[in-house]
Amino acid sequence: MANTHIPSTNTGWFLKGLRDGIPICLGYFAVAFALGIAAKDAGIGAGQAFFMSLGMMASAGEFAAIQLIAQASGAFEMISTTVVVNLRYFLMSCSLSQKLDPKMPFLHRFFLAQTLTDEIYALSVMTPGKLCPFYSYGLFVVSAAGWCCGTSAGVIMGNILPDAIVSALSVALYGMFLAIIIPPAKEDRFLQGLIVCSMIMSALMTYLPVLNRISSGFRVIILTLLLSSLAAFLHPVYEHTPEETEAVL
Amino acid sequence: MKSIVSSILLMIGTVYLVRLLPLLFLRRDIRNKWVKSFFYYVPYVTLAVMTFPAILQATAHPVAGLVALIVGVLASVFLGDMFTVAILCCVAAYVSGLFL
Repeated sequence: MANTHIPSTNTGWFLKGLRDGIPICLGYFAVAFALGIAAKDAGIGAGQAFFMSLGMMASAGEFAAIQLIAQASGAFEMISTTVVVNLRYFLMSCSLSQKLDPKMPFLHRFFLAQTLTDEIYALSVMTPGKLCPFYSYGLFVVSAAGWCCGTSAGVIMGNILPDAIVSALSVALYGMFLAIIIPPAKEDRFLQGLIVCSMIMSALMTYLPVLNRISSGFRVIILTLLLSSLAAFLHPVYEHTPEETEAVL
Repeated sequence: MKSIVSSILLMIGTVYLVRLLPLLFLRRDIRNKWVKSFFYYVPYVTLAVMTFPAILQATAHPVAGLVALIVGVLASVFLGDMFTVAILCCVAAYVSGLFL
């Protein structure tokens, strides 16, 4: 980070959050744009997409949500898929709870929960000492603006842009997913194997007869529970300190 | 679920609780090895399953999706930055789409 000045007031932290959030905002806009294109195909309007993005603040989570809406899935599948696809936020929330000052007013926890995205979490836990919640709020305001406007722009502009560009933009999300899972696996052969194995199993369940009748939401749930349980059994990561665990999220 | 708005509200509520509950109830570190490891592996499996083979179906021609996947993996290994990787995948899909 270019700015290493440590603010001493809530306002100072909030302003620092606004500034540090600008690169996140730009990245979110581009990815959310692709998400908006997918949302439009599922019949979701620009206003609904804005509202969904503000409420969910989750790339993979919203992507799964759009698929579920497109397939007119049942409430049980919507809840269970949302829980599984967003389980990493559960883990981040566990981790962030260790970073909070016990004297901090309890109400802040209700607001901090909404700011928990991969990037805001990463910047928040990297601040020195206990977290000032206003830093996370500053990050949230700027990045949520990019995220929500990007989604709506995707819904609106998706109709105007040529098919070749829309088709190309639709892979942006997958690029982002790859950028989340691949770098930590560079030096970890077990993680590499797990990722490849997950992709092969996913392809098998997509194309094999009978198995291909399982909806994409349940496919994600089944494979996540199965493979993560197996991986935790075969290769426990208890030797990781909380700091190391946080760094790969 | 029939209505888009009620579906969205349901999923907003669900994801909010996923984020909120540990902040409300967890005051100490998770100690169980297996639970910790399970949570550690979840994002990798989930995102890998969501990426493949869906990326092949996202583009007009599956080969364009495959090219984007290969470029995305290489860019993630050598560059790592999320925004750059996402853009490079789009460029790869667009350019390969021109030849298909």
